[in-house]
Amino acid sequence: MGILDIYLLEALINGVLLGGVLALLSLGLNLVFGVIDVVWICYAELIMLGMYGMYFLYTVYHAPLVVAGLACVAAVGVLAVVLHLLVIAPLLGAAPINQLLATGGVLFFLQSSATVLFGIEFKNLGLRLPVLKVSGMFISYARLLAFAAALIGMVLVWLFLSRTYTGAAIRAIAQDRHIMPLMGVDSRRIYVITSALGGGLAGLAACLLVLQYDVHPFVGLSFGPITFLICVLGSLGNFAGGFVAAFVFAEIIALGGLYSDLEWGYVLAFAFFIVMMFVRPQGLMARRS
Amino acid sequence: MTRRLLPWLAGAALVVLPFAYQAPYPLHILVVILIWSFAYTSWSVMGRFGLTSLGHGGFMGVGAYVTALLWNKAGLSPWLGIPVALAASAALALLVAYPCFRFRITGHYFALVTLALSGIVLQVITATRDHTGGSLGYTPERYQGGSSLYAIQFGSKTTWYLIALAVWAGGLWVWRRVDRSMLRYALEAISEDEDAAAATGVHVTAEKLKITVLSATMTALAGALYCQYQMFISPDTVSGISVSLQMVFAVVVGGIYVSLGPTVGAVITILLAEILRISFGTRAVGYDNLVYGVLLVLFIIFLPRGILGSFLALWSGRLRPTAAARPARAGSTETP
Repeated sequence: MGILDIYLLEALINGVLLGGVLALLSLGLNLVFGVIDVVWICYAELIMLGMYGMYFLYTVYHAPLVVAGLACVAAVGVLAVVLHLLVIAPLLGAAPINQLLATGGVLFFLQSSATVLFGIEFKNLGLRLPVLKVSGMFISYARLLAFAAALIGMVLVWLFLSRTYTGAAIRAIAQDRHIMPLMGVDSRRIYVITSALGGGLAGLAACLLVLQYDVHPFVGLSFGPITFLICVLGSLGNFAGGFVAAFVFAEIIALGGLYSDLEWGYVLAFAFFIVMMFVRPQGLMARRS
Repeated sequence: MTRRLLPWLAGAALVVLPFAYQAPYPLHILVVILIWSFAYTSWSVMGRFGLTSLGHGGFMGVGAYVTALLWNKAGLSPWLGIPVALAASAALALLVAYPCFRFRITGHYFALVTLALSGIVLQVITATRDHTGGSLGYTPERYQGGSSLYAIQFGSKTTWYLIALAVWAGGLWVWRRVDRSMLRYALEAISEDEDAAAATGVHVTAEKLKITVLSATMTALAGALYCQYQMFISPDTVSGISVSLQMVFAVVVGGIYVSLGPTVGAVITILLAEILRISFGTRAVGYDNLVYGVLLVLFIIFLPRGILGSFLALWSGRLRPTAAARPARAGSTETP
């Protein structure tokens, strides 16, 4: 009984830590959806490119980890702006599903660009972060770091959105995208800023993920779908909802993985998602009635 | 008169083809194109009504894996196994689609719920690796040297070509039947405005369910056919999110609103992949998807009707100047 409790507690704690990373992942996507009303299916592929950026800066060019991280956040932010200007902006008036499919095309493009440029080998930073041992439980230091950075990132975004003029304009656009241009807000500028911010968050997520996982061109497929489900479950565009949903999902995966294989944890999470969609079609925290 | 005769002549030419020309490699490519054309046609049967499913990789996986597992584990002939697989896929479609339509999950949300469905199927196949081989793939056992009507295994490519041709033609026939049915008008009304459609007496949930189950069943048949022909299936080739996206992509490129659009999409995508593979060899890993991705984005921005769709629209405009003179409505679903 005692042993089981330790494992259970360890799984619960790891679930919380995973939840922090998932919350960060969903934050960028949620921001973009809430403001621009577009789902970036290729969001996880932006993160994949960020992970490659970290890998090359750190292992090939020997940049310090923090510098590499900052460069990576900036680079993915710029990439997201390019994505917005080239693909999303021409489709702003098109059917939502066309926007979804176009970013699906970008997904193919980014995935195979990475295959062509970097090959399909698994790569990692070669860092070995210590494992924290607390009364018989093993907690990965990398996960703890990721959790802390994710929390800080989220607080910074929250401060930006609630304390600055631009932040207020972004929230206003998210509430009503038709009225705000009449109030003198340049929606195109806000869209570009939001894309950059969403991309920056993807870059931050990339820095944290590359500490724990190997990077390869298809790594996006392993956490991309779960990110979308979290955003939908928490009501697309609702930050608080996405936050709660991320932790719920992470616990399901961690606990499901404790009693069986990790895949069953994912199966449970996906099934939970489908059931929840029927119970609360507008997500956990519906904004609209 | 020629318009009537043309499909029959083309069909006859396709049937005679393998007897006149028997090189194994081109024949293999043709079989693969026909099977995928059928899968893409199955997707477009519902996709053209704005029901963008990203779960069809799941249905295809169920079709392939149920057939293969029943044959290997229970010794059940595919003659019975395929109907069971189709029923399983239809049941899965009902299970997910009914609540979706009942609770009016549409657009983005429908696409993402079905995305979760293909995620589940992929993860279940991977998780039950003791039975399904996981991501390493699965091979149906050969029966009597791999050529038997009982096991639906044939060594001859010509036989497979004729089977695939028949199934593909069947798919086109279903597409046309739907195109000329009341169901089509009901679904077009629903895709424009669900409330208005319901107010005019369309049973929204029932009509959407019909087309979804039809489409899922056809997709499962494509999966089973692929499994029997290739004698090897893996989660990456018949299931999962990338297969779902691949279907959507090929249909959009070919033309979503015309019956031969998905076929044109399959021809273009498969030939592109093969040509790149032959001319660049193993260095071409990823080149095909690179070109696909760029094409998909360009098509959605500049040519949302697809190659065949735009071509036919241009053609009919030239034949009937009156039609061109009328203010053309963008995204019109009229087939010439």
